[in-house]
Amino acid sequence: MAKEVIIDIRHLSKSFGGVKVLDDIHFYVRKGEFITLLGPSGCGKTTLLRQIAGFVAPDEGQILLDGKDISELPPYKRPLNTVFQRYALFPHLDVYDNIAFGLKLKGVPEAEIEKRVKKMLKMVSMTDYEDRFVDSLSGGQQQRVAIARALVNQPKVLLLDEPLAALDLKMRKDMQIELKEMHRKLGITFIYVTHDQEEALTLSDTIVVLNEGRIQQIGTPTDIYNEPCNSFVADFIGESTILNGTMVRDRRVSFLGHEFDCVDEGFGENVPVDVVIRPEDVYIMNQQEGAQFSGVVKSCTFKGVHYEMFVDTDCGYELMVQDYNAFEPGATVGLLIRPGDIQVMKKERVCNTLPAVVVDATHVGMLDAVFACPPCDFPKGTPVDVTVPFDKVELLDHKEDGTVAGEVHFLLYKGDHYHLTVRTDSGGRLYVDTHDIWDKGDIVGVNIAPQDMQITRRDDQAQ
Amino acid sequence: MTKRSNWSIPYLVFLILFVVLPLLLVVLYAFQGADGRFTFANITRFFGDADALGTFALSIEVAIENTLLCILLGYPAAWILSNRQLNRSAVIIVLFILPMWINALMRTLATAELFTMLGFTLGKGTLLFGMVYDYLPFMIYPIYNILDKMDKSYAEAAQDLGATPWRVFWKVTVPLSLPGVASGVLMVFMPTVSTFAISEFLTNNKIKLFGTIISENINSSMWNYGAALAFMMLIIIGITSLLSGDDEKAAEGGLL
Repeated sequence: MAKEVIIDIRHLSKSFGGVKVLDDIHFYVRKGEFITLLGPSGCGKTTLLRQIAGFVAPDEGQILLDGKDISELPPYKRPLNTVFQRYALFPHLDVYDNIAFGLKLKGVPEAEIEKRVKKMLKMVSMTDYEDRFVDSLSGGQQQRVAIARALVNQPKVLLLDEPLAALDLKMRKDMQIELKEMHRKLGITFIYVTHDQEEALTLSDTIVVLNEGRIQQIGTPTDIYNEPCNSFVADFIGESTILNGTMVRDRRVSFLGHEFDCVDEGFGENVPVDVVIRPEDVYIMNQQEGAQFSGVVKSCTFKGVHYEMFVDTDCGYELMVQDYNAFEPGATVGLLIRPGDIQVMKKERVCNTLPAVVVDATHVGMLDAVFACPPCDFPKGTPVDVTVPFDKVELLDHKEDGTVAGEVHFLLYKGDHYHLTVRTDSGGRLYVDTHDIWDKGDIVGVNIAPQDMQITRRDDQAQ
Repeated sequence: MTKRSNWSIPYLVFLILFVVLPLLLVVLYAFQGADGRFTFANITRFFGDADALGTFALSIEVAIENTLLCILLGYPAAWILSNRQLNRSAVIIVLFILPMWINALMRTLATAELFTMLGFTLGKGTLLFGMVYDYLPFMIYPIYNILDKMDKSYAEAAQDLGATPWRVFWKVTVPLSLPGVASGVLMVFMPTVSTFAISEFLTNNKIKLFGTIISENINSSMWNYGAALAFMMLIIIGITSLLSGDDEKAAEGGLL
């Protein structure tokens, strides 16, 4: 399976107006591979694709095609073709001329053009439409023409920018199968951009998960689904419950108020971790016999193939469970999770660590504001780190009431509380554990009580 | 009649009084002899009037030249204006539109004075200059409008398929902006055919255009012949707008 590398992305970075859209992107694409750049909107995936196509110049880094640096080449000199999000078919040309556009520019003889265009039309099942103008075609038909227009040039790599986003669900499913079929038949490398995790899992050989301009994880669809490397990936791909846990020792983890056997080792003893449980991996039964813990069914919704249930566990957590059998709300049930289905992840952080500067004996400056702090004897201007536990950051409804204002940027339900990422106006980040319900995009005031802060002199400035 | 359609009554009255009625009067006068009877004499007189026919041909010629000059100058200007990299603010657009805020007669008079002061002979050259000066914004604006709204992904798609910037311009940008050009042609060609003030001031009446002859006839109380000439001009304008009518619809907001 060791195929040669066709595209090598090396330490690519890009900023727009001071905001880092892509931060040190580094990965490679093998020849003939179907690779998907997956992430929520605004994660930088389209910018990355446009850099590969040549429409955006990178600030730093290189793009290598077959070992040659192409990052300085204009788009028309790159042997790559793109299927645009809204197709961008030329409205003044008919279907035939749209597909022939690239070949005519290259000066391919007329007879050869006709042969290749007809072959493409046949491949995308649009044979009878060559004289039609693109405005008279349906979304799905335009999509086919756009794919044919790109593929007829026999590019080394085909770039697809959310090509199915504008189609309805049924059509999207059909086109997914056709795309996969085309990829198999032609053997061309596909780089595919989407925000739809299901589409990515269905189509790709490899998935690159992006968030906020950084690569979160690279892997096969099964790797990414079964072994997400952090809570963002776990939350973004598929349904999951992410819980705080403690690695008791190797192969033994505690969460949901109970201890479980697991297959992970090497974290150390009594180390706080994140635990991911997929709802389909929780076994639910009527009797307590053979169960690891119990719970009471809170709600039960039919989802077509399975039922989705929320269960209040005996230690006060909420757990999502999917099963083929329905359990009535109010029923007491036994629950079991197998060792192999418990995915343990290292915690990215266990508390907030904020860079700050001492203002006077009882005040520090951080996040572009001055906070009261416990008395410290560092001289004025000393750079320090302020650590604050997640659950000691106070969020307020009105931004005027807080020492600083911020916006709820990301939220994660962890079974019994929410873990929020709050982006402050100064661009800093605060991580908050709360039982209150906030929504993404809420503007909040932030307060931190002095007794909850711990101040240490910053290490790198110590000498 | 519903309540809402009542709102259109003032406009309807206005249109009847100031558009429909005058047009009907023009037609009526055109087919009326001095005695007030129905006649084709005014029309046949035009086709036998070498002077009027010559002026008519010259008017069309000047109008075509003016339109071509406006396209030649206006298209690149519109392109520059719509290009975000070359034009980062709206200031330049306003500068192009600004002359339109000043009365056309004042502008023309000022131009004539300027030419006399600089010692230019007033003639066809100065006439064309004045016309281009007056009508250029009417060409720039519809083209700018369509270029500005044009989806940038068309140009990107063409580049992606191997087109150099030059070929992107000729194979995609120009064909897609033709409706704007058509709209501009309509807005420049038609008023130029009927203009008379510009030729009067900028050529010292050396060159007479069709509009001049109409106004001369009307001014010397030859209402019927004047109306017949105006009628002929209306037909020409009608034909031009019919010819470019299909394309013009596509240029949304093309007409100011």
